Amino acid sequence: MSLSDDTAELRLERTDTHPAIRRPVIEVIDVWKTYRSGSLEVDALRGVSFTIDPGEYVAVMGPSGSGKSTLMHILGCLDVPTSGQLLLAGEDVSRMTEEELAHVRNRRIGFVFQQFNLLASLDACRNVELPLLYAGVDRAERRVRALAALERVGLGDRVDHRPGELSGGQQQRVAVARALVTDPDLILADEPTGNLDSVSARDVMDLLGELHRSGRTVVLITHDRDVADASERTVLIRDGRIGEPTATVAGGRGTAG
Amino acid sequence: MNLLETFRTGLEAVASHRLRSALTVLGIMIGITAVILTVGLGEGAQQQVGSEITALGSNLLTVTPGSSTSSTGVRGGFGSASTLTVGDAAALDSKVVAPDIGAVAPATSASESLVAGTTNWTTTVVGSDPSWLTVRGRTMTEGRFIDQRDLATRAEVTVLGATTAEELFGFRDPVGQTVDVAGQPMTVIGVLNSVGSSSSSSTVADPDDQAVVPLTTASALLFGASSRNSVSQILIQATSAGTLSAAYQEADAELLSLHGITTATAADFTITSEQQVLSTATSVDRTLTVLLGGIAGISLLVGGIGVMNIMLVSVTERIREIGLRKALGATPRVIRRQFLVEASVLGSVGGILGAVLGVVGALVLPHLISNPITVSPAAAVGAIAIAIAIGIVFGVYPAGRAAKLPPIDALRSE
Repeated sequence: MSLSDDTAELRLERTDTHPAIRRPVIEVIDVWKTYRSGSLEVDALRGVSFTIDPGEYVAVMGPSGSGKSTLMHILGCLDVPTSGQLLLAGEDVSRMTEEELAHVRNRRIGFVFQQFNLLASLDACRNVELPLLYAGVDRAERRVRALAALERVGLGDRVDHRPGELSGGQQQRVAVARALVTDPDLILADEPTGNLDSVSARDVMDLLGELHRSGRTVVLITHDRDVADASERTVLIRDGRIGEPTATVAGGRGTAG
Repeated sequence: MNLLETFRTGLEAVASHRLRSALTVLGIMIGITAVILTVGLGEGAQQQVGSEITALGSNLLTVTPGSSTSSTGVRGGFGSASTLTVGDAAALDSKVVAPDIGAVAPATSASESLVAGTTNWTTTVVGSDPSWLTVRGRTMTEGRFIDQRDLATRAEVTVLGATTAEELFGFRDPVGQTVDVAGQPMTVIGVLNSVGSSSSSSTVADPDDQAVVPLTTASALLFGASSRNSVSQILIQATSAGTLSAAYQEADAELLSLHGITTATAADFTITSEQQVLSTATSVDRTLTVLLGGIAGISLLVGGIGVMNIMLVSVTERIREIGLRKALGATPRVIRRQFLVEASVLGSVGGILGAVLGVVGALVLPHLISNPITVSPAAAVGAIAIAIAIGIVFGVYPAGRAAKLPPIDALRSE
C-alpha cells in the first residue's frame, strides 16, 4: 500500500510545483444524476457543465432542492454521476472504483462540512491528522503538519482540546485545518457557516478568503446570498441546471436566504 | 495505512469510548466466567462421585436368592426363596469353573440381640466363612478373624464391628470377653477395622455395626434356616475390576446349571454388582454434565447476545464516523480492519479477564460451597474462542456493511 501511496504523493507534488501545467481543477461535463426510488425517477442534475480553474474562489448557489447538494457530493467524489464526466485536475473520476475514489478524496479534496464532522473522541490535532493517517504519512510528520495547519487557522493554542471543549467557530476552524492539511487541489466547503452565529460565520468566511488569497482553490456551496458574495464568482443552480447569469438571479432572489 | 497504524487507530477507538468498551468487556467476561465455573462444577461433581464409588470396591458381586415359584404356581417375592446353598458357594470358588472369581463368601444374616453382662445391643449378625474378610475388603484392628477350624468345629466365637464392640464393652478390651448372641454365649475373638458409614456398601446398613460368626455356627445355633445349608447371600470378588463382567457370566452360568434352570429369565437368584451402581452413577453425572454444559452454553449465548447488541449499537452509532473517515480517504478495507482490531481487542481482553475470574472463582468458591470445581482447559479455551468469534462477527459484519455505504449516506445518518 505504502509504495503506491508514495508514488501518488510524488506525482501530486510534481503537478503542483509545475507552473507549466495549469489545467482546470474541476471540469464538469454534462453531468446527470438520477435517483431511483422504486419506479420513481428523480433527476437531481440535468446536464450540468462548468469549469473551475486553479486559484478560483467559486460559490455554487441555489435554493434547497435545486440540486446543489447533489452537485457538491459529486464534486467531492462522495457520489458518482449517473452520466457525464467529472475531471479533477485532469483526471476522470466519474468511473473510478470506490477504492480509487477514496484516494482521490484523500489527496485532492479538503472538506469543510456544515456539521463540522469532527470526531468527538479525538483532540483537535488528532482530528486534523486523520486525512494524513489515511494517506500513509508517518506519525511524526503527521503531527508537525497538523500543528502547522492549526497554527494557520489561529488555533495553535487549542491543539489538545477536544471538539466538545471548543466553540462552534473554533470547531469549524479545526475542520478547515483538516481540509488544508493534505495540501489538496480543492477545498470544498458545504454550507460552512450554516451552523454558526454571525460572528463565527464571518471568522470562517474570512479564513476561507485568506486561503483563497494565498492561492488555494475554494468551492463554496451555499443558499445564502451574503456568503456567496464573498466569492469571486457564483455558479447558480436551479432545478438541476446551471442558471442564468449571476446578476439576473441575484436581483430576483437577493433577499432570499 | 499500514497495519501498525490500523492497530493503533483501533486501540484508540477502544480507549476513547471507555464506558462502551467496559460494558462490552464485562459482557464477554461474565459469559466466560459462567461457562468456566458451571462446567468446572459439573466436572468436579463427576470426579467426586467417581472416586467415592471406586472406594466402594468395584469388583464385588452379590448373589441373592430371587423369586421362587412353588409347585402350585404361587410366586414368592424377591429374596423369599432359600435357593442359595453353601454348595453353590463352594462350586463358584472353583478355579476351574470360574477362573475370574477371586474369592467367594457365603453369608447369612439376621438381626439379633447381643448381651454382654448388663449391656445389650441389637445388631446384624452375619454368618460367613474366613474369605468374608477378603471379599469385604476389611482388616482386623484387634484379635483374629474366623478361621477354617472355627468353621469346621462350629466354634462359638464372634468378631465384632468397631461400633458394636464399643456399644457392648465401652473402653474395655472386648477380645476374650463373652457375649450372648441370641442367648448363645460366644467368645469375642477380634474387632474389625472401622471404615465409617460414608463408604457403606448397599448390603449392610453400617459396616461398623455388625457381628460376624462362623457360618456353621450360625446355621446350627442361631438362625435355624429351612435348610442348614442355605445362605442368604453369596459374596463374590472378581480377580480385578476388569474381570468383573466375566466373573458375572461365570457365576450366572454356573448357578443356572447347578439349579437345573435352562432359561435365564426363570433364574431363582439375582446377581448385582457395584459396577452397576458405578455405571448408574456415571450416567447420572453425565446427565449432570450435559445439564451444566447446557446452562453454560445458555450463559454464553446470553453473553454473546449482549456482546452482539453492544457491537451492533456501537457500529450503528458510528456510521457517521465511518462516513467521515471514508470522506477523508479511508477505504472500506481500512474501515473493516479498524473494526476487526477493535472487536478482537475487546473479545480478547474480555475473554482473558473472564478466564482469570473463572479460575479465581474455581479456587475460592470450593471454600464457600462444599462442591469441588475442576477447571477444564478445553471449556476455558472454547469459551474464549467463542466470545472472540461473536465479538468479531457482530463487530465486523455491520462495520463492513457500513463501510460499503456511499460515504454521503453514512455522513447523513443520525
